Amino acid sequence: MNEEFRKITRDGLWDNNIVFSQSIALCPLLAVTGTAVNGLGMGLATTAVMVVCNAMVSKGRLLIPPEIRIPIFVVLIAMVVTLVDMVMNAWLHEMHKVLGLFIPLIVTNCAILGRVEAYASRQPVPAAAMDGLMMGLGFTLALVVLGATREVLGAGTLFANASLLLGESFAWMETVLIEKYRGFLLMALPPGGFLMLGFILAGKKILDRKLQARSKAVSVNLTESVQLEG
Amino acid sequence: MSSVNLEPLRDFAATQWEKLVRQFDDLDALRQRLDYQTYILAAAGLVSSLLLGLADFATQGAIEARRNEDIQVTLEQVVPNNLHDNVLVNDVKTITEPAKSGTLTTPVYIARQNGAVTGVAFKFIANGGYSGPIVLMIGLDKEGTVLGVRVVAHAETPGLGDKIERNKSDWIESFNTRSLDNTPAERFKVKKDGGDFDQFAGATITPRAVVHGVESGLQFFQRHRDELLQ
Repeated sequence: MNEEFRKITRDGLWDNNIVFSQSIALCPLLAVTGTAVNGLGMGLATTAVMVVCNAMVSKGRLLIPPEIRIPIFVVLIAMVVTLVDMVMNAWLHEMHKVLGLFIPLIVTNCAILGRVEAYASRQPVPAAAMDGLMMGLGFTLALVVLGATREVLGAGTLFANASLLLGESFAWMETVLIEKYRGFLLMALPPGGFLMLGFILAGKKILDRKLQARSKAVSVNLTESVQLEG
Repeated sequence: MSSVNLEPLRDFAATQWEKLVRQFDDLDALRQRLDYQTYILAAAGLVSSLLLGLADFATQGAIEARRNEDIQVTLEQVVPNNLHDNVLVNDVKTITEPAKSGTLTTPVYIARQNGAVTGVAFKFIANGGYSGPIVLMIGLDKEGTVLGVRVVAHAETPGLGDKIERNKSDWIESFNTRSLDNTPAERFKVKKDGGDFDQFAGATITPRAVVHGVESGLQFFQRHRDELLQ
């Protein structure tokens, strides 16, 4: 993996994460993250849409006049989302039953239009597809983390119904963390999503600041030792 | 026919095609042109709708099959297999009733043993849920006694109202063997309202809606009994 792809990966997963850093796409985020598995399904569907849309727009970027780029992007994204909806309904029916309501909502995910507009329309196909993949995975990460914390606090389970989404071979993922848990309803309800998201965003800020301080300390140490040696 | 000289026509088409292709040599100039912008937007729409049409064609059969499988699975739960020897999904009578807005058509699946009707099953919508209608599948024997009830679709609060699902709790089994004869109207209520059926801790509205829905379903059967049992 060359330097550019490494940067795309870093940006997508952490530095420029759609949720944690850009704080966009919160509508689908809060809607589906009642459980970790729902988050995972929605994240993967969104990732698929992002990769395809980014690649398509990048491929046709020289043909698309800047004046009417937005309507063209919207048409393409809507088409890809509808395709994903149909394909999931036909061949991933169990998953579609759980997520069906939210799949058409991917159209309204501003992150997809955002990446297509800000990145894919100016970059070659491989970089654009990679960006779609990494941004999508970063979004999936955010969905799963939020879904998992809400699920543990709200129902005391983790990855419940994973076999429904991923097939029977993933039944081992379903764990009950707290036996006979009465449930903390607030976390299962939408306000819990807002609260948890706030905590997670704050946590990320703290972590970033710590990392920054440490890297600064390392560089200071380095210069000092260089000076001593000099 | 073969004597017709197509040569000039072919030449004309070739030159036109060449002209068209040559325009794509200078994409920067092309993108500025208003007519090109119109065409490219139209092309995006056309390609999208073509793809969607093809995808619909390809997935239609599979989606239909999945939907029938779903109905089949629910039907097996509400009408025991030893009560019929026909395939319920293929034996449908349609009942049309006047409703608040227009008419309401309810497909009723007929269970037969050696050609004689032994029971019916139908989808029935229970109104008054906490968030939207609750779709029930109700199975009855020919006397109008409940064989089984299942919730097919609902949007009730996870962790509270979703105990009406069979895989979350066995509450829905409490309707078995009930009928309008053995359960008068004043007892076809949740316990809180002086009836026979449990409510859930923290959720009364949902079970109340389901109880009322089942009662309405039984009344629906009574209204159309003669027609259905023919």
